Amino acid sequence: MKLPEIDLYLIAPEIIITAFGFLVLLVDVFSSRAEKKGYLGILSLIGVVVAFFYTLPLMGSVKSGFEGMFTSDGFALFFKVTFLIIAFLTLLISIGYTEREGIAFGEYYALILFATLGMMLMASGTHLIVIFLGLEIMSISIYILAGMMREDRRSVEAALKYFLLGAFATGFLLYGIALIYGATGSLYLKDVASYIASKNLLKNPMLMMSLVFLTIGFGFKVASVPFHMWTPDVYEGAPTSITAFMATGVKAAGFSALVRVFFSALPGFRPDWTSIMWLLSVATMTVGNIVAISQSNIKRMLAYSSIAHAGYILVAFVAGNDLGTSGILFYLMAYAFMNLGAFTCVILLGKKGEENTLINDYAGIGFKYPLLAASMTIFLLSMAGIPPLGGFMAKFYVFSAAVKSKFYWLVILGVLNSAVSVYYYLRVTVLMYFRESEREITGLQFSPASVIALLLALIGTLYMGIFPSNVLSFAQRSIAGLM
Amino acid sequence: MTILGIPILSLLIFFPLLGAVVLLFIKGEKTLRWAALFFALVEFVFSLPLFFGFDSTTAAMQFVEDWWWVESYGVSYKLGVDGISLLLVLLTTFLTVLCILCSWTAITFRVKEYMISFLFLETGMVGALVALDLILFYVFWEVMLIPMYLLIGVWGDPKRRIYAAIKFFLFTMAGSVLMLVAILALYFIHQKATGKATFDVLELYKLGVPVGTQYWLFSAFALAFAIKVPMFPFHTWLPDAHTEAPTAGSVILAGVLLKMGTYGFIRFAIPLFPNAAYDLMPLISILALIGIIYGALVSMMQPDLKRLVAFSSVSHLGYVMLGMFAFNTQGVEGSIYQMLNHGISTGSLFLIVGMIYERRHTRMIAEFGGLSKVMPIYATFFMIVTLSSIGLPSTNGFVGEFLILLGAFRSNIVYGVLAATGVILGAAYMLWMFQRVMFGKITNPKNEGLKDLNAREVIILVPMVIMIFLMGIYPKLFFSKMDMSVEKFLKDFKGRVEMKANLSAPKVLIEAKK
Repeated sequence: MKLPEIDLYLIAPEIIITAFGFLVLLVDVFSSRAEKKGYLGILSLIGVVVAFFYTLPLMGSVKSGFEGMFTSDGFALFFKVTFLIIAFLTLLISIGYTEREGIAFGEYYALILFATLGMMLMASGTHLIVIFLGLEIMSISIYILAGMMREDRRSVEAALKYFLLGAFATGFLLYGIALIYGATGSLYLKDVASYIASKNLLKNPMLMMSLVFLTIGFGFKVASVPFHMWTPDVYEGAPTSITAFMATGVKAAGFSALVRVFFSALPGFRPDWTSIMWLLSVATMTVGNIVAISQSNIKRMLAYSSIAHAGYILVAFVAGNDLGTSGILFYLMAYAFMNLGAFTCVILLGKKGEENTLINDYAGIGFKYPLLAASMTIFLLSMAGIPPLGGFMAKFYVFSAAVKSKFYWLVILGVLNSAVSVYYYLRVTVLMYFRESEREITGLQFSPASVIALLLALIGTLYMGIFPSNVLSFAQRSIAGLM
Repeated sequence: MTILGIPILSLLIFFPLLGAVVLLFIKGEKTLRWAALFFALVEFVFSLPLFFGFDSTTAAMQFVEDWWWVESYGVSYKLGVDGISLLLVLLTTFLTVLCILCSWTAITFRVKEYMISFLFLETGMVGALVALDLILFYVFWEVMLIPMYLLIGVWGDPKRRIYAAIKFFLFTMAGSVLMLVAILALYFIHQKATGKATFDVLELYKLGVPVGTQYWLFSAFALAFAIKVPMFPFHTWLPDAHTEAPTAGSVILAGVLLKMGTYGFIRFAIPLFPNAAYDLMPLISILALIGIIYGALVSMMQPDLKRLVAFSSVSHLGYVMLGMFAFNTQGVEGSIYQMLNHGISTGSLFLIVGMIYERRHTRMIAEFGGLSKVMPIYATFFMIVTLSSIGLPSTNGFVGEFLILLGAFRSNIVYGVLAATGVILGAAYMLWMFQRVMFGKITNPKNEGLKDLNAREVIILVPMVIMIFLMGIYPKLFFSKMDMSVEKFLKDFKGRVEMKANLSAPKVLIEAKK
């Protein structure tokens, strides 16, 4: 018997992330409980940076290993870069935040690393079980992270709600995978596609059902309507740093798997999924934006806004051309910067026992904390799609992809939604700049790590808006071979 | 092209931005004001070589700069001016100086943020006027929104400023996102037809878009611009924004931001989609006429001075649109001239209203009366500006309105007659307002002790008055700059319209012609 060839270089980033995750746990065990655990965050940061430098040399070549279950192509690598950026920024904002909220446990940092590992596996998997495993590693870590604030009822509620609904959605996903296996006899994405093509299974009811189940499973992870019900509660209840991580990382990972599975394994079903996704996209944008208008809590507002953003990304998914796919990549990276930035502002505006997450709490901070408010304004305007910020460029690519595929109505609905969204993003700026505060917010302590995260997010948002060429061509190169 | 090796248009765009950044680090309100004034003045000086170095014998774009921005998408950083945009750029830099001067004492808090917003706004305005790439234009077009939104929302009239600011933002945004879709659609049509990916307007001009598609695309562009102009029935944001904005905000809003709408028509909507523009001419002309007459009638009934001037803008901009859609030399040149006039005259009116508001903190016409006795200098300036707004011969307003009416008569006699009625109404509401504010006895004791204009205020108004007379008496100075560009605009337009007429004419006719 010949042993399969194992190329560990291929999974070096994953190995490093895992190793650092365990290292963090180990160090935590050998340190005293009372101690401040900020250095664990720094250790995790180092892990992310090292993994990043092991990801870079993999660029430019497409290799697959582990009997074709794992691939390291441009698509996966782009996502890995995105996940590592997200993890890096999340860890930065966590250092101050966890200490403030008293949740600076070792497992907090380890779980962030493990969740990142799951995301990376999801992007690289070319076998449905690998993708599923990645999804579970990520999800379970996040379930725990959402409930990190054990004393806080809302946090526990968030964790439980996310877990129950998440488990349910995972069930759907697994059922979908099982049906695919039943119909085609394979779990390799490529084999599934070729089997469907050779046997002409496009009318097969089992596969149709699996398409629906996969849509539900992934739709849950990316928070698209009507599978979004958990989002506002979980985003509101979870620790803010984890909310940021979920809104960017989990969403990006969900999209990476969605794109990979649908485009590689089920390309023949495009006409079917296009019409489903068209509807989902419109529903997601519209519900997200309209409900966001009436929110009074900024975390809930950002939750609904993140739902709306999933809708915009689905527009690119519907477009289905290469512009659309590279648009998805660009969008998710831009979204990572602006959304993490916005959540960082939310964190910075809070203090122990006083989170200040009501939108009315933002009244009058515009001139009191000018830099914080200006950054928040930039992030919000970027999410609203105002040039020359990253969010504008992202929307521009996404919508242009759909125009290219002649989905004019979808685009018109999309841009009108985008105009609606301006209203609630502006509302925050109205409060910050145009209103006097009713209640003084004093004694804020800006943790240096969070400030660095804020600056990085700011640079990212501006860079992707003003000089989008580099990231865009990176995204365009990355999808070669996927389509 | 550059002047002395400096890319002059980029300099004009980014110099105010540099100023805004420098202002960030300056402390002290007085220093801030002087620094902002310095940057605005230098910017104005920088813009002068544009005027004197401009070659009036060609219709081509001048001072062109062309670099890639996002090469893989065909988005370029392409700038240039021709006879149409040149004067508007100068108007922008000119008005910004005066705006900063007129905010000298009116703005009492958050001076730094105010001045930064203003300089940032200038960057957006100049950028939108000189951009020759649709995406670049769109970027600057949107960039203008944010500082204006802040100007209205922070420094506006406390009562309804937030409402006005949001309304302003949302109206403009709603129109412009649809324009973005049209831009993208045009881009892909062009790419399909020629295989070349570009957002360069000059390239896109050459594309013959199918007429059926033109209607859609033109409508999307026209909606965005019509909201900005604002044309009836999209004008409802304007009185609110104007009334609530601080004086300088109103001046720049009337002077430049509204012109972005009319400029958008003449630079983008019409040349890109000439057949649709030609076919929709009656609709736009009628909306323009409604705007002229409706604006005038509503102005007449306004109790608030600033609101009166705001509604008069609706009327004046109606003329601009009417002249442009007459599609003859007189009409179009008059239209461009009227854009400048409106910037000067209405800008001055807002300044003048602002000056009295600073003294009395009210703008209600009923509160005034007999002011000419206590404020003779003020009254003189006010009179000149009023007459210029009405269009008295030897002032700038006359030249513009006369040409527009001439153009309108040549294109359709009914339009001409109706527009001429608007002139009469215009005289009526302005003079009536002037009479109620300035003449008669001083009935309100609060007006008795009013101080006349101080030196700073005179310095603000004198350049305006000089421009009023210069443009009224020697218009050739300005027309000579725009002649070639307008001629080319009309030639291209007519060529395209006729080409389509030939295509759609029955075969028999075409064969008979041969």
